[in-house]
Amino acid sequence: MNFLMPDFYPAAAEIFLLGMACVILLLDLVLAQNQRWIIGLLTQVTLVGCAAITIMTASGQVVLTFGNMFVDDLLSDFLKLLVYFSVSVMLVYSRGYLALRGLDKGEFYLLVLFATLGMMVMISASHFLTIYLGLELLSLSLYTLVALDRDSARATEAAMKYFVLGAMASGLLLYGMSMLYGATGTLEIGGVAQAIYHGVANKTVLVFGLVFVVSGLAFKLGVVPFHMWIPDVYQGAPTAVTLFIGSAPKLAAFAMALRLLVYGLFELAEQWQLMLMIMAVLSIALGNLAAIAQTNLKRMLAYSTISHMGYMLLGLISGVAANDRHFALNAYSSAMYYTVSYVMMSLGAFGMILLLSRAGFEAENLDDFKGLNQRSPWFAAMMGMLMFSMAGVPFFIGFFAKFSVLLAVVDTGQVWLAVVAVFFSLIGAFYYLRVVKLMYFDPATDTEPIKASLDMRLLLSANGLAVALFGIFPQAIMSLCTFTLLRSL
Amino acid sequence: MIASHLLSFSIWLPIFGALVVLAVGSDKNPAPARVLALLVALAGFLVTIPLYTGFDAAKSSMQFVEAAPWIQNYNISYLLGIDGISVLFILLNSFITVVVVLAGWRVIEKRVAQYMAAFLIMSGLMNGIFASLDAVLFYVFFEASLIPMYIIIGAWGGPNRVYAAFKFFLYTLAGSLLMLIALLYLFLQSGGSFNILVWHALPLPMNAQILLFLAFLVAFAVKVPMWPVHTWLPDAHVEAPTGGSVVLASIMLKLGAYGFLRFSLPIAPDASHALSGMMIGLSLVAVVYIGFVALVQTDMKKLIAYSSIAHMGFVTLGFFIFNQIGMEGALVQMISHGFVAGAMFLCVGVMYDRMHSRLIADYGGVVNTMPKFAAFFMLFAMANAGLPATSGFVGEFMVVLGAVKFNFWTGFFAATTLILGAAYTLWMVKRVVFGAIANDRVAKLTDINGREFLFLGVMALCVLGMGLYPFPFTDVMHASVDHLLRHVAAGKL
Repeated sequence: MNFLMPDFYPAAAEIFLLGMACVILLLDLVLAQNQRWIIGLLTQVTLVGCAAITIMTASGQVVLTFGNMFVDDLLSDFLKLLVYFSVSVMLVYSRGYLALRGLDKGEFYLLVLFATLGMMVMISASHFLTIYLGLELLSLSLYTLVALDRDSARATEAAMKYFVLGAMASGLLLYGMSMLYGATGTLEIGGVAQAIYHGVANKTVLVFGLVFVVSGLAFKLGVVPFHMWIPDVYQGAPTAVTLFIGSAPKLAAFAMALRLLVYGLFELAEQWQLMLMIMAVLSIALGNLAAIAQTNLKRMLAYSTISHMGYMLLGLISGVAANDRHFALNAYSSAMYYTVSYVMMSLGAFGMILLLSRAGFEAENLDDFKGLNQRSPWFAAMMGMLMFSMAGVPFFIGFFAKFSVLLAVVDTGQVWLAVVAVFFSLIGAFYYLRVVKLMYFDPATDTEPIKASLDMRLLLSANGLAVALFGIFPQAIMSLCTFTLLRSL
Repeated sequence: MIASHLLSFSIWLPIFGALVVLAVGSDKNPAPARVLALLVALAGFLVTIPLYTGFDAAKSSMQFVEAAPWIQNYNISYLLGIDGISVLFILLNSFITVVVVLAGWRVIEKRVAQYMAAFLIMSGLMNGIFASLDAVLFYVFFEASLIPMYIIIGAWGGPNRVYAAFKFFLYTLAGSLLMLIALLYLFLQSGGSFNILVWHALPLPMNAQILLFLAFLVAFAVKVPMWPVHTWLPDAHVEAPTGGSVVLASIMLKLGAYGFLRFSLPIAPDASHALSGMMIGLSLVAVVYIGFVALVQTDMKKLIAYSSIAHMGFVTLGFFIFNQIGMEGALVQMISHGFVAGAMFLCVGVMYDRMHSRLIADYGGVVNTMPKFAAFFMLFAMANAGLPATSGFVGEFMVVLGAVKFNFWTGFFAATTLILGAAYTLWMVKRVVFGAIANDRVAKLTDINGREFLFLGVMALCVLGMGLYPFPFTDVMHASVDHLLRHVAAGKL
């Protein structure tokens, strides 16, 4: 048996990150308390280094390595860069919050790095095992992160729930993969697609496996009826961790969905399309309706996440039914664009909660935003833009995200689906408007001045402005999404 | 540079000016923000004047066209242009903005810079709506203009402002979301174009036209507002600060009516004909029924709000009788209503600033203490009732003529507005202005100051000028209206 040395080059960023994580782990042992800032800095340096390596190793071609288990294409490069970026932004936002609560330990940075590695592996996976590997690395890190604040009963409960449900979902996913393996005889995504295409696989077993795979995926995306964990985890976790869960992992989950369903199981599109359509409609409906009843902003944003993922799925399923390749590409790219813009908005919104939080006070209730316009007109405007963007009102990025998804849906001829989607986005507008109402129409109850470091203020302002800027000029990101998909499909 | 981008300037100058106003504004010293806002509003009005003077009234095609690619993935472009129908609204809008800034000068004391900036931004966005020839651009401006108005009503409004602000936003959003789907459908049908003029020429089967017409109807009927989706307007008007009411009545209501002319009629001409009976019926209900509703109001702002709905019913009636005089009359009515309703709300604002009440019952004999004001109020009330020599008469008369031409009974019911309008307006004036001084608070009223005299005087000049010599307004629209009617008559089947 020959052992072929794999080509490590396409995975250089992952290897670098792993190495740096080990360095940080060791450094954490020897650094004195007052030198701990080095760890945070080093984490940022690692992310920048990863970005540099990813850009340098990008070839624009589809490169498979590690025995076809790992793929490096433009899609993976683009998504990885976005992941580094959002993780880096998240670290800046959460530094002050964690420091005030004594949570800025080495573990936090280490777990974040491992989670990032998990996402990178997920994004580059072209094999069921690699997908699973990445997913578990991400999930296990997240379970631990949620429980980071050991003394908080709510956080522990949330972590427990997340873990139990997450483990079950992983089990479902694995079970589904094993069925697919049984039917096709291969674990490679490309091989599975080939086997189904040539009709050698047993359709019943395939569909059976598909159901489990879709369920597992749905759990990770957090769409109805697999959404139960989202509100509790979002609310229970320390806000910095909620910010993390609500941002970068969505990109990885999108990549996983795209690779599994579109690359691997395209021939079964008729089946998964229907499943996902039902889930998407339910998510949009339930997410928007349940969000109205919330008084906790984190919980409200959790339900809003559920509905946003529903919209993203609408884009994904429209690619299959589209008339031609051009529109199929537009549909996938609309889903991707939706994910990217959602991550941008989610970072900003949770960032605002972190901004208003201070020692011993979590600004997580809606009422904590009362009269923000009196306390800080600038940040009230930022939050206002984020909320209008999430509601899908132009000139903000959220509008064009919804626009492109709706266009993809209408193109498939399912106008009723678009009508349902806009109907619930109307309901959704209500609770986003309520946040604006609290900030602008109500007098302030909390008069503490806002204390935050300069880098956080600047970055959060940039985040808010980006939501407006990319809303006025959406072309750049849209084209990037389309281009990367074109070169990777 | 400026000459070739006049429309862009009319849109973006107020918006960027508003950002500067926000930057210089402070709560402690609001004076710079006020002055700067006035300067920006004046500059915004000045750049629109060449649009009128340079407009070639003989042409029905789009003028001052600006085109640039915007979002190439979906073939969306930054396409601006105006014809004889839209040019007047851009002028009206920029003019009203100046008046509104003046009207809010001393009255608004908290967060002045934000108040002024909201009006300037809204002015720019609404110019964008009238100038857009790309459907997505239109839609983007159309929805974005909700944000400043939502904040104006909610932040500076009356006691029930939150309810009114939400109702305003959600009603309008509900309507426009269906329109969005119609736009996407048209994009696909036209083979990938969002150009409204391309859509005008796009052949469509009858059932598609009907559905499109209904989708647009929902959006524009809410905005006009037509009976029975008018209920947000009285709430919004009553709760909004004076400036908000003025902009709502003068400009925002016109957006819906303008939408009919830009989208519904030319894109679905056959459906427009087929459903014209329904549209005329709804319009007449607005004219007659809402006229009676206005009679029983006890709140002055509410009364004017209902009178606005009735007048806008007149406008939609003028559109759907499909003759030149009716449609031009409707357009004249839109402009005139912009002046008259705006001025009426300004008058109520003047009284409210002194008495902090809008109830008719709290007034009486105002003429004794505020004679100058009473003269203005009387003039605007007469214009609202459609007295000859005021702008209100011209439009109403033309629409009634057109309606009689179309069908006698339609004209008959339309003409009841002359009675009803006179009844509710003059009865209100009688109770508020004339008679003996009703109470001590009225006795202590002071007459209007120079600033108030200025903006009421300018409005009065407009109302009288347009009533005595309406040709500058009607001449520019002839060619475009003629073109539109021909297009609608030809149909697409």
